Amino acid sequence: MRKKLPIHGVIAEFSDATQLLRAAEEAHAAGYRRMDAYSPFPIHGLAEAIGFRGSRLPMIVLAGGLIGGLGGFFMQYYATVISYPLNIGGKPLNSWPAYIPVTFECAILAAALAAIFGMLALNGLPEPYHPVFHVPRFEFASRDHFFLCIEATDPKFDPEDTRNFLQSLEPREVSDVPS
Amino acid sequence: MEPKEPREPHHEVAVGPADDPKPSRFDASPILEPGHTLSSVTEKISMITLTRRTPIGWWIGFGISFLLLTVLLYTISRLILVGVGIWGINIPVGWGFDIINFVWWIGIGHAGTLISAILLLLRQDWRTSINRFAEAMTLFAVAAAGLYPLLHTGRPWFAYWMFPYPNTMGLWPQFRSPLIWDVFAVSTYATVSALFWYIGLIPDFATLRDRAGSRPFRFVYGLLAMGWRGSAKHWQRYETAYLLLAGLATPLVLSVHTIVSFDFAVSIIPGWHATFFPPYFVAGAVFAGFAMVLTLTIPLRKFYNLEDFITIKHLENMGKVLLATGMIVAYAYVMELFFGWYSGNEYEIFMLKNRTTGPYAPMYWLLILCNIIAPQLMWFKQFRTSPVVLFIVAMFVNVGMWLERFVIIVTSLHRDFLPSSWGMYTGTIWDWSMFVGTIGLFMTLLFLFVRFLPVISIFEMRTLVPEAKVTHEDET
Repeated sequence: MRKKLPIHGVIAEFSDATQLLRAAEEAHAAGYRRMDAYSPFPIHGLAEAIGFRGSRLPMIVLAGGLIGGLGGFFMQYYATVISYPLNIGGKPLNSWPAYIPVTFECAILAAALAAIFGMLALNGLPEPYHPVFHVPRFEFASRDHFFLCIEATDPKFDPEDTRNFLQSLEPREVSDVPS
Repeated sequence: MEPKEPREPHHEVAVGPADDPKPSRFDASPILEPGHTLSSVTEKISMITLTRRTPIGWWIGFGISFLLLTVLLYTISRLILVGVGIWGINIPVGWGFDIINFVWWIGIGHAGTLISAILLLLRQDWRTSINRFAEAMTLFAVAAAGLYPLLHTGRPWFAYWMFPYPNTMGLWPQFRSPLIWDVFAVSTYATVSALFWYIGLIPDFATLRDRAGSRPFRFVYGLLAMGWRGSAKHWQRYETAYLLLAGLATPLVLSVHTIVSFDFAVSIIPGWHATFFPPYFVAGAVFAGFAMVLTLTIPLRKFYNLEDFITIKHLENMGKVLLATGMIVAYAYVMELFFGWYSGNEYEIFMLKNRTTGPYAPMYWLLILCNIIAPQLMWFKQFRTSPVVLFIVAMFVNVGMWLERFVIIVTSLHRDFLPSSWGMYTGTIWDWSMFVGTIGLFMTLLFLFVRFLPVISIFEMRTLVPEAKVTHEDET
């Protein structure tokens, strides 16, 4: 259980992507680790700049695809060889070439579901409530403004120092994020 | 880095790892008109949805579409009450309009996935402003397509028998049948397309949530956005998921029409039993789909003044795809004739003779006109860049691709091995009302989509704006 903090963090608003990326890099260089950047479109290198190391998603998708494919194949194997064998002109019961289309579709379906629900789960979505939504100007994060939030859980966080640090990055505005 | 032409759009931060901007090889016509900023792009696209004033043209279009939808509902009610006998199908032609229209609709859907997935992997920037719309088209086309095999079963309330589930009858579906492969292919395709589309919409739902004026709309868009806040970590996983989905959707879309073609190719009917059917059907599907995208985008961009976003460049590129896939289809028609002749099989040879000179010959030659001759106009730049010509050619292709399926299905079935079992086939009024009705369903869904959801992906358009370009210090 996290201890209750008076504020969620301090947030700085920038008006272009380059500024945000530079600010994120500087904050990371200054030793801040618990932070998040918000932008209206994906910016390459931003996640790395705030110290985020690649996600496990590709492995989840691979696992989904393998489970789907194997499950699809053995479902057909079970149906036609074990559960309801039907001898047609002495042809082999395990007619695997005929199982390939369904196996393939099952693999794709399971991998796609893994990609979508894996992404949502890792991102913690749906999450209708989040402290940053309290920031009045945060609605511009989905339009044309860029935000960097240093969170209060960061060991280096100090309400005053962090605020001054963010101010030094020449943002448009700095404000506290109530928790 | 060299300073670039101001008219050329930047794409440094787009979906997918695009590190160096590609100079356009052929001409300078842009994929986004100059002068747009992050806020103007957001404003323009979201206002189509958020405006309180619904254009009168929308009401007229929606009204007509909805009227056609009621025709569908009436036809389906009658079909269920009376039975599939109200359609024109009978032995020897047991597959008629239902399968023709199924293949036609599902083929149309393929362009959406091609644009959203394959062109993404090929880093074609111009897909950005048409992918959302094309994906919606896919979804609605698959919905229309799905109705046909479902109702063709005669007892659609038992359709779940086609899925493998533990049942008291102790039975399983026939996994060695292409028709069951089709069930898996089409249901996977519908599911993946719907989810891919929804995932693409999430960031735009967040924009609409933050911009919507009234509380109920904010609430609904907020629910759909699932609390999206544009976090860098979220974007990173989001893009990974999007790219992986594109990679999964690419073989999926190829497999769907391949399996649809197996419905024919795995049988032994002359005219169906051909190994080249899968690539032939996939090319035909892309051809039909791009024609439908053109048919829909040309009026849409005009009506909503979206010429800045869907530029002549987009239309021209689609014209080129139409030409390329049209030539593949033309090649397939020639090969079809060659294979029939080269087989030396009297039934195959008779089938070709019957197809080209028999009672349905006018349909065959009309199909050649629509699918091979009309797209040849696309060789010329002045036609490729003219929305009117493109629209007309696209209409020809829409009709031509429907005729293609009619010719493949009907001329192969109506005169097969035994002359005493020959027959003729025509659609009844209920066949036509069902077809017109599914067009109504498709159009109704499209009109609702245009009114309530952003027709162009807002967040992806933002990445095309010059302002979105990140300048690195070491580059200057």
